[in-house]
Amino acid sequence: MNTTVTAKTLNIDGVEVPINGERNLLELIRQADIDLPTFCYHSDLSVYGACRLCLVDIAGRGIQGACSTPPEPGLKVRTQTEEIREIRKISVELLLANHERECTTCGKSATCQLQAVARKLGIQKVRFQPVHQPRPVDRSSLSLVRDPNKCVLCGDCVRFCSEIQGIGAIDFAYRGHDAAVLPAFGRDLGEGECINCGQCAAVCPTGALTPRQEIDEVWKALGDPTKMVVVQVAPAVRVAIGEQFGLPPGESTRGQMVAALKRLGFDRVYDTAFSADLTVVEEANEFLTRKTKGGKLPLFTSCCPGWVKFAEQYFPELLPNLSSCKSPQQMLGALVKELLPAELNLDKKNLVMVSIMPCTAKKFEAKRPEFAQDGMAEVDHVLTTQELARMIEEAGLRFTKLQPESFDMPMGFKTGAGVIFGNSGGVSEAVLRYAAEKVTGKKLANPDFHAVRGADGLRIVEVPVGDITLKLGVVHGLKNARTLAEKARRGKCDLDLIEVMACPGGCIGGAGQPVSRDPDIRKLRTKGLYEVDKNMELHKSQENHFVTECYQRHLGEIGGKNAHRLLHTHYRNRRRMAGETITLGDGPESEKVKVNVCAGTNCFIKGSQGILHELLDQVETEKLQDKVSLNASFCFEQCEHGPTVSVDGKKMQRCTAHAAKAEILEKLKERKL
Amino acid sequence: MNHRILNILDPAAGNGCKTQRRVIVCAGTGCVANGAYQVITAFKEQIAAAGISMTTEFKAEESSHDLRLNKSGCQGFCQMGPLVTILPDQILYNKVTVADVDDIVRQTLVGGKVVDRLLYVDPTTRKPCQGIQDIPFYQRQQRFVLKECGVIDPESILEYLHHGGYAAAKKAILQMTQVEIVQEITRSGLRGRGGGGFPTGRKWEAARTQKSAKKYVICNADEGDPGAFMNRSVMEGNPHSVLEGLMIAARAIGADETLIYVRTEYPLAVARMKRAVEKAQQLGFLGDNIFGSGQALHCEVMEGAGAFVCGEETAMIASIEGQRGMPRPKPPFPAQSGLWGKPTIINNVETLAHVVRVINEGADKFKQLGSAASPGTKTFALTGHVANTGLIEVPFGTTLREVVMQIGGGITDRRGKVKANGFKAVQIGGPSGGCLTQEHLDLPLDYDSLRSVGAMVGSGGLVAMNEKTCMVSIARFFMDFTQRESCGKCVLCREGTRQLLAMLDDIIEGHATGETIALMEKLALAVQKGSLCGLGKTAPNPVLSTLRYFRAEYDAHVFHKHCPTGQCKALARPSIDPAKCKGCMACGKKCPVGAISGERKQPHVIDQGKCIVCGVCADTCKLDAVTGV
Repeated sequence: MNTTVTAKTLNIDGVEVPINGERNLLELIRQADIDLPTFCYHSDLSVYGACRLCLVDIAGRGIQGACSTPPEPGLKVRTQTEEIREIRKISVELLLANHERECTTCGKSATCQLQAVARKLGIQKVRFQPVHQPRPVDRSSLSLVRDPNKCVLCGDCVRFCSEIQGIGAIDFAYRGHDAAVLPAFGRDLGEGECINCGQCAAVCPTGALTPRQEIDEVWKALGDPTKMVVVQVAPAVRVAIGEQFGLPPGESTRGQMVAALKRLGFDRVYDTAFSADLTVVEEANEFLTRKTKGGKLPLFTSCCPGWVKFAEQYFPELLPNLSSCKSPQQMLGALVKELLPAELNLDKKNLVMVSIMPCTAKKFEAKRPEFAQDGMAEVDHVLTTQELARMIEEAGLRFTKLQPESFDMPMGFKTGAGVIFGNSGGVSEAVLRYAAEKVTGKKLANPDFHAVRGADGLRIVEVPVGDITLKLGVVHGLKNARTLAEKARRGKCDLDLIEVMACPGGCIGGAGQPVSRDPDIRKLRTKGLYEVDKNMELHKSQENHFVTECYQRHLGEIGGKNAHRLLHTHYRNRRRMAGETITLGDGPESEKVKVNVCAGTNCFIKGSQGILHELLDQVETEKLQDKVSLNASFCFEQCEHGPTVSVDGKKMQRCTAHAAKAEILEKLKERKL
Repeated sequence: MNHRILNILDPAAGNGCKTQRRVIVCAGTGCVANGAYQVITAFKEQIAAAGISMTTEFKAEESSHDLRLNKSGCQGFCQMGPLVTILPDQILYNKVTVADVDDIVRQTLVGGKVVDRLLYVDPTTRKPCQGIQDIPFYQRQQRFVLKECGVIDPESILEYLHHGGYAAAKKAILQMTQVEIVQEITRSGLRGRGGGGFPTGRKWEAARTQKSAKKYVICNADEGDPGAFMNRSVMEGNPHSVLEGLMIAARAIGADETLIYVRTEYPLAVARMKRAVEKAQQLGFLGDNIFGSGQALHCEVMEGAGAFVCGEETAMIASIEGQRGMPRPKPPFPAQSGLWGKPTIINNVETLAHVVRVINEGADKFKQLGSAASPGTKTFALTGHVANTGLIEVPFGTTLREVVMQIGGGITDRRGKVKANGFKAVQIGGPSGGCLTQEHLDLPLDYDSLRSVGAMVGSGGLVAMNEKTCMVSIARFFMDFTQRESCGKCVLCREGTRQLLAMLDDIIEGHATGETIALMEKLALAVQKGSLCGLGKTAPNPVLSTLRYFRAEYDAHVFHKHCPTGQCKALARPSIDPAKCKGCMACGKKCPVGAISGERKQPHVIDQGKCIVCGVCADTCKLDAVTGV
């Protein structure tokens, strides 16, 4: 044991530990291989200090949270004292006393932090009274299930949503024991601004937020002899699913995974990397056309459904800048549903398309009305990596022992470009590999563009391609995307192409992947995907001969009419809040004059709150409660002419309280009220 | 800046505005609630009707009017309001109604006589007291922060100037360096009046030495303790003194922006602070060039949204930034990284008012009052079972006995009568404080001695309790408040206070066992040691201090299922002391369920089977023969 005190060490439980730029004592303690339990500490997020589990005793200072104490040389820290042990136990018991302890049926069973901490601290009895009051489970979202009965109010989800994604779809409400994490206005998650990235569920230590499961529907389809069930697997899945079976992160288990899917009963196993190659061809072409013919730039990628919903909500004016290409998931779904029935002489109704994705937002994407043809979805069910692992477990397959098998052809064939789609920078690199050859007309000697690789959330790179220099933005985390989108909105963005991934590190860090608290896991998975690329024979999408053949046989010209029908889509301006209004009065609604005052941010700033108050006063003083139904409404999407007030459906722009009152009186007169 | 104003600031200049007489109507929240505004209107009408030349405005010049009528802030003796003071006669009329105005105008203002029936009568000596100089409630106090409250018109900046106002700010801004100001405050030993008692000079020095182009000073006026109204009274009675202190603080640390965070439940304080800011801007005390110094200083009054926790510094900062009012871990301290990430100091209303005095009179004079480690005076809101309730100001080091027995006029019984041996305890420092007992009556009230016995000065709530008060119920009352006001962020506070409350409920309802008390004590200590912020860390204080001083009372509840005071209905066992009962039959007649029986002139008995523990018998008995309810 080293006991000499130097200027740069501090003492943890009697051991001198060097300080190497750790941000807080907790990091240093963990560096010293002491795993203090926490719920609310997350290295990507701000320090919160709420769970009180990382308490330590510092000589001269008493009990302090390790997460919020900067390491200072000379500190004497004790992590285990009788007093601290008791406080930790009490904290966990307090949480357990207010928790729905149905652990065996909980979606987070076995990966639950609360369960793990309770076990580690040796809690055998909860000394406090059970005070848990059941609350309804919110199943409104297509991607996530919110179960407030499991929430420990650590705030990880809230901070991720606002600090990394810049959204704030959920936040704390109420005080004392009523405190809860809720979507805005106490509404359901599916109605609000949530973009379905699911990172809240990924950081949730308990089962309060979990990806919505579709396993049962898939089992049902697999068991139905009249159905042909086709599955596609996204690139990021193959370097993560092994974690669930004890394999190291980043190790590609493609062969075992395909074997497992076949054993589970899928009739065809295709690779989403194939349609990623297709996306590269279409998107790079769209990009080069815009670049050379003066179309809208920067071009934003559109394969991330979280980002697409984000853009629709907050940047409707930038929708023309989004690539019109469908995501690889939807491209493959569209192709399968178009080609297979004819090829196999099959009724389209009996063809079921399942995709395995690292992502929860893909569940939402598959249900978008734009992605249905003749009332039938292009992709019927989306399973996350976690769900596939569960099915494999349920089927009793010994994953690591399976003999590797190959994807089915032709849509199981891909190049390295399609595979690296799964990590941040991958789409950009794949497009560059295509564009460089297209622009110069020469073959690339080395397909690697190391400039676009990296882990930073916002990277700006310039890549010379022949005579021109392409300026690229690569972002992950939507707060970073917002930074660039704001610039583009103001016309201050000189980038050519912006790749956006909602999740940290891209799809490999998706919320459908196995749960991990290891901060290095994303690096390992990314490394895994680049290794797969390296080991492949082909690295450029244009070299995928099945893609070429697909154009020749089915799609026609790149970017042509048929390609557009199957491979492109459109976007829409989306309200941030579903539902119409928040009712402020009561009484029978039918005959009332219906008045809606916009309470959106823009109208609020322009004075709609004042109008609302004046109208409320009018209703009250003139006793019009049963004649006028006055509501605060969400955005009418007419922000530039706000404040907007609607009286019986008539939208009054740049409205004043005076004008609204006059209109209401007019309508009352018309009704002889 | 206007020359006339500068002249007022010069103490050598003449006084001006000499009217023969002044009528001052207290318009603090308490008096307003009891009709002070109607009284003012009545005065206006009747003075005019009596033909007296009157003004309601303070003017800097010599006045030709015979009388000035004005409203003032809280005069402190809230229980006796509405209060009307006549100067220079030094008459204080109490409980004045509209109907009394006629008498006051005719007899006092016209006839020069005192209306005896409106004077305060000392309950012990039964003597009427003409003015505050005769009233024991005031005699024992030393009012500095409250000195001008109740005298000047809080809405007149001119009158404040006439009383020497803004001289300290002017001195600090034009004549003193930042270092000099901080040194003077440090030397004065002034400690934060908001609760913690942190040395103000040290706080300022920490912020002063931060290198930042932007700094902030926030005045913490989010007084939220139940039963505390010191800050409200200062803001309502002398808002400019708070603003002046704020200006000095800003100058000391080099801030050009200040905020006053007032709780929204104080509408009058909000209005008066806003008006004060407006007036100060008009006269160039705030703005881009304050006192002609070339320096800028701005001030904004902001209303809090009503959460108790926002009195905590970091939660207040979050609230100002538009976030949910939740504390965040320290470090970083606000002096390093506060509002919008800039160095920020947060001082309580009363602290700022004291700052003015320190700069005006010097640190040495300030230190003459109070104790060595807690110099100066402190305001307290004195409530509960005392004869005189209201707002008081005493030097630190005054004993509890002086406060309760002399200023408070003694402990009262359930009928409001002063009772010689009725004292049981005092809850000091609000829901985060602790209780003091008989043995602490001679304890000097200051930061350190209170902390040594497990209580705290807190913001200054002082609730006196008589022997009929159940200490378990008191602990429950405060725990109920804190668990509701917990922001819900940290586990120990949110869930811990809720469990403490549940345990107290068990004790009160008779479900508790010895284990309950042991676990409650452990939990209380864990919450105290482990919570994130001051609210959580102090929340268990009422439980811990009642456990420490009234263990026997807890034991009676838990082991004997008996509440000695009878306040806990489930555990009350009313009985009639046969030695005291004279058999007057009064209780038997009042008992709603006929549970009391007994012959005339014979001791009566309560049938426990029938009794519903309503307590009417105890209220009825003039001999205090009924116990246990």
